[in-house]
Amino acid sequence: MSNLLTVLLEVSLELGPIAAAFGAAFAVLGAAIGIGKIGATALESIARQPEAAGDIRSSMIVVAALIEGVAFLAVVICLLIVVL
Amino acid sequence: MIIRVRFGVVFLILFSLIIINCRAEDHKVQEESNYHNEAQQHEEFKPGKFIFDHISDSHEWHILTWKGHHVSVPLPVILYSKKTGLSVFLSSKLVHGHHYKNFQYGEGEYDGEIIEKNEKGEITVPIDFSITKNVFAIFVSLALMLFLFFSVSKSYKRAPCEAPKGLQNFLEPVILFIRDDVAIPSIGKKKHERFMPFLLTLFFFILINNLFGLIPIIPGGANVTGNIAVTMALALFTFFIQVLSGNKHFWKHIFNAPGVPWWLKIPIPLIPLIEFVGILIKPFVLMVRLFANISAGHIITLGFFGLIFIFGQIHITAGYGISVLSVAFSIFMTCLELLVAFIQAYVFTLLSAIYFGMAVEEAH
Repeated sequence: MSNLLTVLLEVSLELGPIAAAFGAAFAVLGAAIGIGKIGATALESIARQPEAAGDIRSSMIVVAALIEGVAFLAVVICLLIVVL
Repeated sequence: MIIRVRFGVVFLILFSLIIINCRAEDHKVQEESNYHNEAQQHEEFKPGKFIFDHISDSHEWHILTWKGHHVSVPLPVILYSKKTGLSVFLSSKLVHGHHYKNFQYGEGEYDGEIIEKNEKGEITVPIDFSITKNVFAIFVSLALMLFLFFSVSKSYKRAPCEAPKGLQNFLEPVILFIRDDVAIPSIGKKKHERFMPFLLTLFFFILINNLFGLIPIIPGGANVTGNIAVTMALALFTFFIQVLSGNKHFWKHIFNAPGVPWWLKIPIPLIPLIEFVGILIKPFVLMVRLFANISAGHIITLGFFGLIFIFGQIHITAGYGISVLSVAFSIFMTCLELLVAFIQAYVFTLLSAIYFGMAVEEAH
């Protein structure tokens, strides 16, 4: 058992890139959930009122782009951790 | 018609002059050439370097590598150094570690920059005003935009009451879309005309440069909108126009927002501080959104192409095999990037229009 622990101690962990990977993953997870909710609500409202389909579609795309912007901000910061 | 022909001829002549001037590098010494070729054959494929070279800017436009010879268009290098003043020369003088008049590519701390190293070994970094790949690509898209809009405006002036045809027919719905669905809802019918030229230029500039970035061969293929300096310039334009056209109600809403309790403004002006930082952050997010979307698309497509070479190094048949999958995924990514090109141009323009609307809003 103590041999195993000694071996594990010798394995070098680079915490920077691991943390950056987790950060990017969580950011993208949040963005995916958010955009999924927008898509679901947009489809429901188009089903309720098909005449407003054009307005709803453009609003959906705009809000999705805004959410993606924030997610990309997080990904760029994680990339900077790895590269710099 | 005549101006259209003249523009076309000028463009064609300029283009062919550039192509004629691009030359393959020739190695002066034969042994050096053999060693170089051999070194290149055994050179490992580094996917990180491959992707980074295609994303970033450079002083020459590399087109292809034929049997070890680089075929590229040399671009002018314009440097201003405090010691030796202004120097202008072609970037072909600086390839392969050669130096020209004390200028050379730096290493280590100055990796990628041009440095000036005199006989004593002192290093100074001159100010770089070169026409790099991205600057040249901006010039190309500028030429296209001027050609498009001058010919359309000429057709309108010549026959203002006729039905539009040709290029006019193609651009009119887009221009009216920006006016009726982006500018008027955000800024209002009375004040939108002031901002229309900027919004139209912004939309077409971002769209044309996004689309040119997807074309793999010259004059496309320079990552213009994926360069954070270019998007920073566009966001700074939006920031300055918003701040300089803000009226009294805009600043009142920022620094003395109505309806906010007094203890959030005095003694520590919390809400004014948050609103002020908000003015700075909004253009910053605009910059990062466009930069990250376009760069991410290019990196993913380049990653799929790099996959072919990575597998090809293991065994050449593996490379051929994975190329089918890679090409399929690359086609899918390119379609997605086409959608992203349009959406990002639209979102940048829409958000700029919304910020201008906030700046010139009247009291209600």
